[in-house]
Amino acid sequence: MIEWIKQPWPWYIAGPLIGLTVPALLLMGNKRFGISSALRHICAACLPAKIPYFKYQWTKEIWNLFFVLGIFLGGLIAVNFINNPNPIQVNANLVAELKGYGITNYSQLIPVDIFNWQALFHLKGLLLMVFGGFLVGFGTRYAGGCTSGHAITGLSNLQWPSLVATCCFMIGGFIMANFILPFILQL
Amino acid sequence: MQKNTPDNDFEIRSLDATCTNDSQLVHPFWYNIKYVITGILFGIVFVKAEIISWFRIQEMFRLQSFHMYGVIGSAVVVGALSVFLIKRFNIKTIYGEKILLDQKPFNIGQIIGGLLFGFGWAITGACPGPLFAQIGTGVSVTIVTLLSAIAGTWFYGLIRNKLPH
Repeated sequence: MIEWIKQPWPWYIAGPLIGLTVPALLLMGNKRFGISSALRHICAACLPAKIPYFKYQWTKEIWNLFFVLGIFLGGLIAVNFINNPNPIQVNANLVAELKGYGITNYSQLIPVDIFNWQALFHLKGLLLMVFGGFLVGFGTRYAGGCTSGHAITGLSNLQWPSLVATCCFMIGGFIMANFILPFILQL
Repeated sequence: MQKNTPDNDFEIRSLDATCTNDSQLVHPFWYNIKYVITGILFGIVFVKAEIISWFRIQEMFRLQSFHMYGVIGSAVVVGALSVFLIKRFNIKTIYGEKILLDQKPFNIGQIIGGLLFGFGWAITGACPGPLFAQIGTGVSVTIVTLLSAIAGTWFYGLIRNKLPH
């Protein structure tokens, strides 16, 4: 059993479990599943700076901060107690492509060859972590939700604006991964 | 934007947000433990299904693997079925409140912001949820990615009135 749990979980186990988060949060207290708002509540709590967009009672949404705290702890537990000891298995074409950029370490879920503290002092690392992170925060808020809020909750509620947003997430990702990211990784 | 008063707090709070708290009930803070537990389970799934993996995100955007499409697709099917059943049978929360799920209106931000987030997703290999789990997995530098995402959100708040919506 424990050996089986340690294996990477297939999509048909993980997907339905993620889908069940939507009714779980609704039934537990009328909460809509979404995560990017947590970033806004952190701004509202720590640095509202008289910006009207951050002037609201963030304590009403504190459940969201507890939820992301749980996600952090879940990551910690999964890696320390039921970790897959083998390197992550990815498509051979991707392995070959990434090798060209010097990415060969598959021991973590993130390529530590390019995501590390030293890399922050170089343009590539700055673009990957600081600029990339900035786009995630700015884009999700401008779009009014992220993969969880739009792609999962919004689509589950059959909201067509969420379908538009989800398609734009995917288009943006396709353009970046195939046409722009290769230049960044070559830096 | 209107000035914040107790009357329009919900209005401001739900601006550009899908995930709002629609409960009118006020509970002591330890009631939030159940959201921590849900988050933990969710975080474990994130790691075990490698959804928070930069490599898996690259595969997805290069159409080299079905994995992520299967995850998102089956999550939506299960989510939609649950929402349908909740509405159909008028299921209440565990505290007996009516479940509210209204439609969010369209605005141009869903296109522009959506594309920008897509860029960021492909670069960092993370959406906001996975960022928290990535830190949990022990790659400490992802704290920088999270702080940058918070900065991005803050900057959005700063210039929100100048952006088309």
